[in-house]
Amino acid sequence: MATTYTLISSVTVGSGGAANIDFTGIPSTYTDLLVKYSIRDSNNSISQNINLTFNNAGGTAYSERLLYGSGSAAQSFSSSSAANINFQYATGVAATASTFSNGEIYIPNYAGSTAKSVSVDSVVENNASGTAMGLNAGLSSNTAAITSVKLASPSGTFQQYSTAYLYGISNA
Amino acid sequence: MTSTYEKIATNTLGSAAASVTFSTISGSYTDLVLVANWGVSVNGDGTIIRFNSDTGNNYSDTELYGTGSSAASQRRSNASFIDITRAIAGDGTNIYTNAIINIQNYSNTTTYKTALLRSNLATGTYAGVAALVGLWRSTSAITSITILPASNNLLSGSTFTLYGIKAE
Repeated sequence: MATTYTLISSVTVGSGGAANIDFTGIPSTYTDLLVKYSIRDSNNSISQNINLTFNNAGGTAYSERLLYGSGSAAQSFSSSSAANINFQYATGVAATASTFSNGEIYIPNYAGSTAKSVSVDSVVENNASGTAMGLNAGLSSNTAAITSVKLASPSGTFQQYSTAYLYGISNA
Repeated sequence: MTSTYEKIATNTLGSAAASVTFSTISGSYTDLVLVANWGVSVNGDGTIIRFNSDTGNNYSDTELYGTGSSAASQRRSNASFIDITRAIAGDGTNIYTNAIINIQNYSNTTTYKTALLRSNLATGTYAGVAALVGLWRSTSAITSITILPASNNLLSGSTFTLYGIKAE
């Protein structure tokens, strides 16, 4: 019987930290991709954005719509013609020690020839104010198959024990 | 090895179509997950789902959504469908919309059926991000799911895959 969920690669950040987590050489043999991450960032904040790009492409290919809850208000934001998708969250070092964000990035039909539509759910919880919960719609207008996925810290490094797992989901 | 997460069926449209239906869904799973990536032929057209071809007013939904400039919630009772893109509509020229629909305990014949949905459209006039809960007031096991635009066609190249999850 076919395996639907397959672990393609995983990263656990070591003691020196890492500026980014980069999954490369992704085969086109799956139907969808799913990244599950748990990240703490060196930025001196409670919640911190993460930059998401595909195939190392920057430029103006990305757009997004965010639904955001801070614990006291719900808001919505957007960006377009951007160099990355950045409305997904990491816990910053100003948050309670040992707390890490959780996030899921789902990319359907990643190997197809259409623009790449992305669904992201992410949370930062801190047992205090300053937290974040985001539901994000992302889009890369590039139509090439996705062969690499990069999560990057905008202004710091991902801290030790941060993890990210890349799964391929197959409908074969 | 038991496979917990299995593909039941997939449909990639080779040409525009009025609807996609997954039929004769086995009752042997615990939950269903439908992953869709699609476009519609007319900008702003919504996309809806129905179970077991039921067109009666047996559905309701509650939605939390963001447009990029505002966040809000809305609901609807006694509808004849669940609108999976209610706040964000659809893009009329490109396959830009995606949705992930979770339907728990779909095959029991005792309770009404609840679906948890996430839908996304990142660009365009009708862009937005939404989380929805949909209810089908029927105790029948779900044996078919139909996805269709409110009034026009699904674009060629749209993809739909139905997965089954087994709790064993």
